[in-house]
Amino acid sequence: MGNRTPLYDEHVAMGAKIVDFAGWDMPIHYGSQIEEHHQVREDAGMFDVSHMTVVDLNGPGVVDFMRKLLANDVARLKQEGKALYSCMLNDKGGVIDDLIVYFMNKNWFRMVVNSSTREKDLAWITKQSEAFDVQVTERPELAMIAVQGPNAIARVKQVVDESVSALLENLGVFFAVEAGDFFVGRTGYTGEDGFEIVLPAAMAAKFWNDLSEVGVEPIGLGARDTLRLEAGMNLYGADMDEQISPLEAGLGWTVAWEPAERDFIGRKSLQAIREKKPASKLVGLVLQDKGVLRNHQKVVVAGVGDGEITSGSFSPTLEKAIAFARVPVGIGSECSVDMRGRLLPAKVVKVPFVRNGKSCLPEGV
Amino acid sequence: MSEIPGELKYSKSHEWVKIEDDGTVVVGISEHAQDLLGDMVYVEVPEVGNEVEVEEACAVVESVKAASDVYSPVSGTITESNEVLTDTPELVNSDPYGEGWIMRVKLADRADLDQLMDASAYADHVAAEDH
Repeated sequence: MGNRTPLYDEHVAMGAKIVDFAGWDMPIHYGSQIEEHHQVREDAGMFDVSHMTVVDLNGPGVVDFMRKLLANDVARLKQEGKALYSCMLNDKGGVIDDLIVYFMNKNWFRMVVNSSTREKDLAWITKQSEAFDVQVTERPELAMIAVQGPNAIARVKQVVDESVSALLENLGVFFAVEAGDFFVGRTGYTGEDGFEIVLPAAMAAKFWNDLSEVGVEPIGLGARDTLRLEAGMNLYGADMDEQISPLEAGLGWTVAWEPAERDFIGRKSLQAIREKKPASKLVGLVLQDKGVLRNHQKVVVAGVGDGEITSGSFSPTLEKAIAFARVPVGIGSECSVDMRGRLLPAKVVKVPFVRNGKSCLPEGV
Repeated sequence: MSEIPGELKYSKSHEWVKIEDDGTVVVGISEHAQDLLGDMVYVEVPEVGNEVEVEEACAVVESVKAASDVYSPVSGTITESNEVLTDTPELVNSDPYGEGWIMRVKLADRADLDQLMDASAYADHVAAEDH
């Protein structure tokens, strides 16, 4: 038996197929992964993401610490509640993890990091924090539920108290607010509008079932993966890891080079990689034939070299196979993918593939 | 427990076989197999006229999760392929023993059928794999 979230019994009662995910017994789907995917694109779905790691950072030194720890710059966050996506790098410029950090006030930041990297993240953060006046506190007693889809916000408002609902009324995109026992971020991992809600574990089951009663369907990790892939969002461990810099993982936009004097961890190495020009980059692929792109398939760029698919799947929205691939920077608009010995044509596209339920593909792809 | 029709034969690799009077068999994958694979998004059916051997990979079913070979439970010649699956692979999920059939094979040797399991033996096989 693996770790179980406070919602495990709810998953089983709702017919989930349970799989091991980074040591956690998690729902992969509740019947049909594809139907769940469409439910989020067209209406509203809920995800148990309680396995993810919530870390609070408190103290007068927290701003300085965050500016050291993260490749993105929290000084960009001018308004309380604003969130930022960032990589946390090692000294070589490799990615230890990617995360969301919420600036709650000048003494409190909340980070949500991956579950598969929990131990090394906590060890790293704690070690780096020693030189700062800051306290690092993991919050394993909290559950986390993401509600995503075009109707997600309206559904959540139906089931929360009026005082909470009022606070959500004006919550901007990529902002978070404390609302009673809830911590609500207007963030997500699907490319749809919605919330990620951190709440006490003891309240999770009731909130989950209340959402279910107003028509929010449970969504498993399977659809979570196809939704994030369509939305052009990286997955740690697949699309980047400690051997890969953000510049080779499509995450150059998350590195704050200015101000030049901010000496974040990994900066020197990353700067050297940037000056030398990385040999590879992450691109989106759309298969032009039948079949499904899969992780680790070889990408062949005629006359340029080979690459590899880092995340591949079938896109339920586009009804085509799509992927992220790490390829030589000299790639043009076309390539081939080796699928069980056959070379099939694929088009190179900008990500996202889908945003707010609509295809972002150029015509003719 | 998934459905395992009593009138069919089964292979260890989860194909079902329906024996017809004209010396051919119809082949598909079991309810259990489609359940393990999840939502089908692509099926590559064999070419009519191809010769196949027992346990030869002759078709591919791809779900969102994984690609999986379909092995011929018998030796013989492909006489028909379910081309409908090219556009509606989900039939393998919704009706694995009916409209989700994959191919028809003309038997080269009826003795191949003796190597297959009946429904109750297959049920034991599935239960054993689950543990």
